[in-house]
Amino acid sequence: MSEPLELNGAMEVPKIALRGVKKAFGPKVVLDGVDLDVKRGESVVIIGGSGTGKSVLLKSILGILQPDSGTISIDGEDTTHIGGRDRERVMRKFGMLFQGAALFDSLPVWENVAFGLIQGQGVGRREARERAIATLAAVGLGPDVAELSPAELSGGMQKRVGLARAVCTNPEIIFFDEPTTGLDPIMADVINDLIVKCVKNLGATALSITHDMASARKIADRIAMLYKGKLIWVGPVSEIDNSGNPYVDQFIHGRAEGPIQMQIKAF
Amino acid sequence: MNFLSGIGRATLTFLEAAGRLALFTLTALSHCVRPPFYLRHIGRQMVEIGYYSLPVVGLTAVFTGMVLALQSYSGFSRFSAESAIATVVVLSITRELGPVLAGLMVAGRIGAAMAAELGTMRVTEQVDALTTLATNPYKYLVAPRLIAGTTMLPILVLIADIIGVFGGYLVSVYRLGFNPSSYINNTWQYLEFMDVVSGLVKAAAFGFVISLMGCYHGYHSRGGAQGVGAATTNAVVSSSILILVLNYLLTGIFFS
Repeated sequence: MSEPLELNGAMEVPKIALRGVKKAFGPKVVLDGVDLDVKRGESVVIIGGSGTGKSVLLKSILGILQPDSGTISIDGEDTTHIGGRDRERVMRKFGMLFQGAALFDSLPVWENVAFGLIQGQGVGRREARERAIATLAAVGLGPDVAELSPAELSGGMQKRVGLARAVCTNPEIIFFDEPTTGLDPIMADVINDLIVKCVKNLGATALSITHDMASARKIADRIAMLYKGKLIWVGPVSEIDNSGNPYVDQFIHGRAEGPIQMQIKAF
Repeated sequence: MNFLSGIGRATLTFLEAAGRLALFTLTALSHCVRPPFYLRHIGRQMVEIGYYSLPVVGLTAVFTGMVLALQSYSGFSRFSAESAIATVVVLSITRELGPVLAGLMVAGRIGAAMAAELGTMRVTEQVDALTTLATNPYKYLVAPRLIAGTTMLPILVLIADIIGVFGGYLVSVYRLGFNPSSYINNTWQYLEFMDVVSGLVKAAAFGFVISLMGCYHGYHSRGGAQGVGAATTNAVVSSSILILVLNYLLTGIFFS
């Protein structure tokens, strides 16, 4: 069980709490003791370079990967090693937008969006379809898109369908994995606005990973930077420019020179 | 020392793969018998495996029956045993060639498709997406395929048996000049219930193995398009080999 946070004298159990989470693949240590609390209704963005373990961290919280040590708690319940029905129960609190949208090719768009309702919550197909079309409208897609196959959509539309799928079940926690990667700047901003709107409307807790600073500034309440398997800086988004941390400064300004050295092999 | 460490490494790799397959099989089987059941998916897989495999399995069966009749005639006529052709055709088809050839054809068609579909779903994070939507991938993806494979192969083989025997009949009657009624009579005379049942049990086992290998290799595929390609190849090769090995073992159990 994680230590509760003390806020204004009241004890509040964090929505997501990580304590000493470690994960290694063979000799490669990816997470090296990560501690993080995400409060109810808060939006936290984890930034960091490629290969620093951001996706591994998200997948560990979701139970897709098992951490080697440490604990992960959701609403104060230790979910590190749960499986089967208990895992499915906890997963009903979650929605996730994947980097490549990860839409099911074999299903039309509306069934993708309604998947969590039909399979996870047992909602009837007719009602689920209506709710899916309403959710598609909330992300700016018309009902004509509902019958299309995901392969017929552009990258931006796929992301929006992925977002609709993530929020359709009204989840308490939403994860965003690189939500703007591969999109043009305007579409990226549209997605950012939709994320902010959806998270606010639902009152959900959001955890995102990205290396797009414009996106991070727009959707985050707090930003955490992951470097070499550890969170080296965590703070409010307003303080990111005055963090006093040379690693964070180098990352947010995208400079090649600095304490973070990219490993580039000469061929 | 290098030689010994090589043996040790190979043994450990083999044991790891065997353990992973055993765990995968047990987990998948446990989801086959526990609700909820995705009936829509089971039905879709049954149509995919049973109905759409019918042309290729039927074509294989009819030509196998025809070739068997021709070969038996050319061999048996050397010692005037042409009357045994009908029996040879029906026993060969029901006991061995029906299930094995149908199994191998379906392994190529269905095993490869399953591995490619699940492999693509794995590398595009669709399998992870299922988990985040509170749906167990074993129950949603693997169990329907195992159930459909195990139930549809016997039905396919039963149809293949009939088509194969009909192929032998066509050649014997229209090419070799046999009397139709005596050919059918000879076909029935020495055919026993166990000949057909043993073939159908084999078919169920082959159907299970084909689906299991397709799902296992697809589910564990890694590394993009190349990984999916390797998973597809491995699924077809491993299920084909397992069909041949299982066929020997089951024949030993039924007829030794």
